[in-house]
Amino acid sequence: MGIIRPRVPQVFHRSTNTIARVTIFGALIVVAAAGYGLALVNRSSYVTTAGLAIEQPVPFSHRHHAGELGIDCRYCHTSVEISAKAGIPPTQTCMNCHKQIWSDSPMLEPVRASFRTDASIPWVKVHDLPDFVYFNHSIHIAKGVGCETCHGRIDHMNLTWQQNSLQMEWCLECHRRPERYVRPKEEVFKMGWQPPNGDQLALGRELLEANRVHPKTDCDTCHR
Amino acid sequence: MSSRVMARALGVAAFGLALVAAPGCRQDMHDQPKYVPYRGSRFFKDGRSARPRIPGTVSRGERDDDTLLVTGKADGKLAEVFPEPVTLAMLERGHQRFDIFCSPCHDRAGTGQGMIVMRGYKQPTSFHDERLRGMPPGYFFDVISNGFGVMPSYAAQVPVADRWAIAAYVRALQLSQHATVADVPAESRTAFLEGKTLDPKTGLPMQDAAPPDGRAAGSGHE
Repeated sequence: MGIIRPRVPQVFHRSTNTIARVTIFGALIVVAAAGYGLALVNRSSYVTTAGLAIEQPVPFSHRHHAGELGIDCRYCHTSVEISAKAGIPPTQTCMNCHKQIWSDSPMLEPVRASFRTDASIPWVKVHDLPDFVYFNHSIHIAKGVGCETCHGRIDHMNLTWQQNSLQMEWCLECHRRPERYVRPKEEVFKMGWQPPNGDQLALGRELLEANRVHPKTDCDTCHR
Repeated sequence: MSSRVMARALGVAAFGLALVAAPGCRQDMHDQPKYVPYRGSRFFKDGRSARPRIPGTVSRGERDDDTLLVTGKADGKLAEVFPEPVTLAMLERGHQRFDIFCSPCHDRAGTGQGMIVMRGYKQPTSFHDERLRGMPPGYFFDVISNGFGVMPSYAAQVPVADRWAIAAYVRALQLSQHATVADVPAESRTAFLEGKTLDPKTGLPMQDAAPPDGRAAGSGHE
């Protein structure tokens, strides 16, 4: 048409100096950094609540009960082997011991009040999965995933916190490479278990065969 | 750049940002309006979505037509027998459940000096006490189900079959403290008297060459 194009396309106006040119590329870096920053925030405990000790109506200590006293996880979490939920113990379970031990401690008054009035203790959920995820404890226990593998050293926690992010990439890590995480079934409830020769991979592969561990990574395995 | 163009550009940018940010504020899929276990309810007065059982109802699979099985009694008296033959699998299950639910007070040998007793709970009678050794299996089932003295009922924590398994294991514990050489299988007696270790599963002398593998031996904690 009537327009005369320059031989070399003019990218920058002739008045642009070096600083201006660098700034334009700098903008790309800023965008990339913002993306990286967002990813970091998304994985941080600000979003996942991992690592934050949750305040409860009664400052229940797993460290004391499971660690120091050595009470088995299943004494309170009775349904962990047979149902999706591990089970929050009813007040009666607390009172099994606390009707005699620390029976006049002011700290335990909410427990006694619950027992007297039959009102539930409003425990705060520490591990809150999104409602579109269907997690089942019993199958993980049956296939040799230790309590500790997901919940961390519960027996070292005073107030309880969520050890891991519970994000999908975390679930998938184990569903894709279970040999790195499984343990013998009889060690599931043990805290601080280590593979006998320190060779988790060899033992893990053996256990996958023996216990027929074939985790799926289909969408509908967890999202139903 | 004129101020009008500038204003429009700002407007578009703000709209774009709002478009990207707004979905992030919604958690509707994360927190769906449905009941999941332990979620509260604003519908029921007590705030629980899990409803207490209506008196007299029986849940599926919960047998109550077998008096011996569910009460531990026969003809109104504590049963002298187990509702089913005691097997090794049942004893192993009983061992595991005993360690979970009973050992905090009764300790793993059944002498009544568990950790909770150390912390101030009333000490229970040892299972090796003469009176308890004379009690029939139904007695242990009954105490687990209904409690005894300061011991609370464990009916909510231990299902019926497990209570019988624990009762069987208590019997095994009692036997363990009062065993005689005559209880050792005849074919192993010589080896036993020579001080050799017997395999707990087979009752035969352990092979010297094969030390027990910690995993394969099956400690009952499965």
